[in-house]
Amino acid sequence: MLTDQIKEHLEKNRAADFEWIKISHGDLVGEITPDKLIELCRYLRSDADLQFNFLSMITAVDYLGKRERRFEVVYSLYSIPQHHRIMLKVPINEDEEIPSLTVLWDTANWQEREVYDMFGIRFAGHPDLRRILMDDDWLGYPQRKDFPLTYEVPRFSHNFNELDLKDKEPGEDIR
Amino acid sequence: MTLNVGPQHPATHGVLRVKIDLDGETIIKAEPIVGYLHTGIEKNMEAKKYNQANTMTDRMDYLAPMSNNLVYVLAVEKLLGVDIPLRAQYIRVIMTELTRLNSHLVWLGTHATDIGAMTMLLYTFREREKILKMYEMVSGVRMMSTYFRIGGLAQDVPAGFDKRVKEILDTFPSKIDEYEGLLTENQIWKNRTIGIGKVSAEAAIRAGLSGPLLRGSGVNWDIRKANPYSSYDKFDFNVPLGKNGDTYDRYKCRVEEMRQSLRIIRQALDGLPDGPFITTDRKIAPPPKAEVLKNMEQLIHHFKYWTEGIKVPEGDAYVSIESPKGEIGCYVVSDGSPNPYRVHFRPPSFVNISALNLLAKGHMIADLIAIIGTTDIVLGEVDR
Repeated sequence: MLTDQIKEHLEKNRAADFEWIKISHGDLVGEITPDKLIELCRYLRSDADLQFNFLSMITAVDYLGKRERRFEVVYSLYSIPQHHRIMLKVPINEDEEIPSLTVLWDTANWQEREVYDMFGIRFAGHPDLRRILMDDDWLGYPQRKDFPLTYEVPRFSHNFNELDLKDKEPGEDIR
Repeated sequence: MTLNVGPQHPATHGVLRVKIDLDGETIIKAEPIVGYLHTGIEKNMEAKKYNQANTMTDRMDYLAPMSNNLVYVLAVEKLLGVDIPLRAQYIRVIMTELTRLNSHLVWLGTHATDIGAMTMLLYTFREREKILKMYEMVSGVRMMSTYFRIGGLAQDVPAGFDKRVKEILDTFPSKIDEYEGLLTENQIWKNRTIGIGKVSAEAAIRAGLSGPLLRGSGVNWDIRKANPYSSYDKFDFNVPLGKNGDTYDRYKCRVEEMRQSLRIIRQALDGLPDGPFITTDRKIAPPPKAEVLKNMEQLIHHFKYWTEGIKVPEGDAYVSIESPKGEIGCYVVSDGSPNPYRVHFRPPSFVNISALNLLAKGHMIADLIAIIGTTDIVLGEVDR
């Protein structure tokens, strides 16, 4: 199906699930709330006209200070029989949980673990939510915008006393 | 019994660690543990300008650097809405198909060595050298080429390029016959690969497998055919499919893919159009040096490009292409500044290795090595 046909189809059948749905750069993008995620994905996968049977990607973006809800979890679903794609966006707050898609696709397991590892977003119902790329005892979530990218402040004799690092939280001495 | 394999072991193709639960020699559960090569490429890209971040993509899948370049530049170009000259598109196709050969050659050599056919590595690396020479010819670098730039290519192909590619095209088919002569009907090879790491089409889709791993199970999905990018729709080629979804079928698929790649390269080379190799929009690509020295306006463009970078309109885009390993995707978010706000890659190796347990469960421990080989992972891409 063509992108605008899918859009019409979804607007007709599942309009209540979407906050908004639009075509951006030729791709179909829709925003939903976390509670609708699993049911909508189940529908998208099983609907005979859509057949979104392949979960292509899960990632997240940190919009710290830019949006009301800090994170946006992004899903890209693809239909192998029909060759079309849809992107689902789920904005959530730092203290919110999002349901895990492992009930529908096995591939969600590792991709959600990566999102948890990098952003600290918790997936409710995930069977094995552990860090995956970083060390198990790592503090902080590297892809967050308030996590520093690199380097410690170099300690010279002239600033040695200024840099009192004893009372600092781990990671606070690096910028 | 629990046994630890890796992370430092040649048969794990890098620093992959696998924790396996065994009953005698039979694998009950194989849990891959990754992250030893994590270098924060996605995070680092946020601190670079769009054109600088391009160089980091090479370092993910270092056996297929041009495929990584391509998916990144396509994603940024999608946000910019820029048209790429046809010549650049054709050269991109030639180079990504050479990249596919490059990646498959390393896979074949290492996979066969893992199973015990030592000779293969020497033969495949002999041919790979010719492809690396082509990389060097077009970009000056053998591996981390960054040849594809936002808007086109770093430079046009040098004189004599087509002759050298033709040389590869003419000699390569007989080399593939040579590999097949050594392996395809080899009884030891067959015993070690047929029925090993079997995965059904349905399970493969659930697990997110892509590329030859999915096609080996008979699922006809090749992004070059399904959603053509960079003029792939202009070329005639077949998508080889397996039936049983075992290691042997995946081997057959990849070998046939090499032949199909040669077909694509030949068509692209014969139809290679003349014209510019990079867009003439000076806000996206720098002007040629000769013009910079003569023309005030071009000098300004040159200065602005290299100091301020490219202004990408606000928005986000996801692009996926068929890398040698499967679907590689790139999700770019722009906030209108010259630095990408967020870049995420959907690495095929990461997703494919996550299904290791599905492939390895119930097999003998010796088969695990064949199964890791058949997933064709590059740990640089898994961990990024």
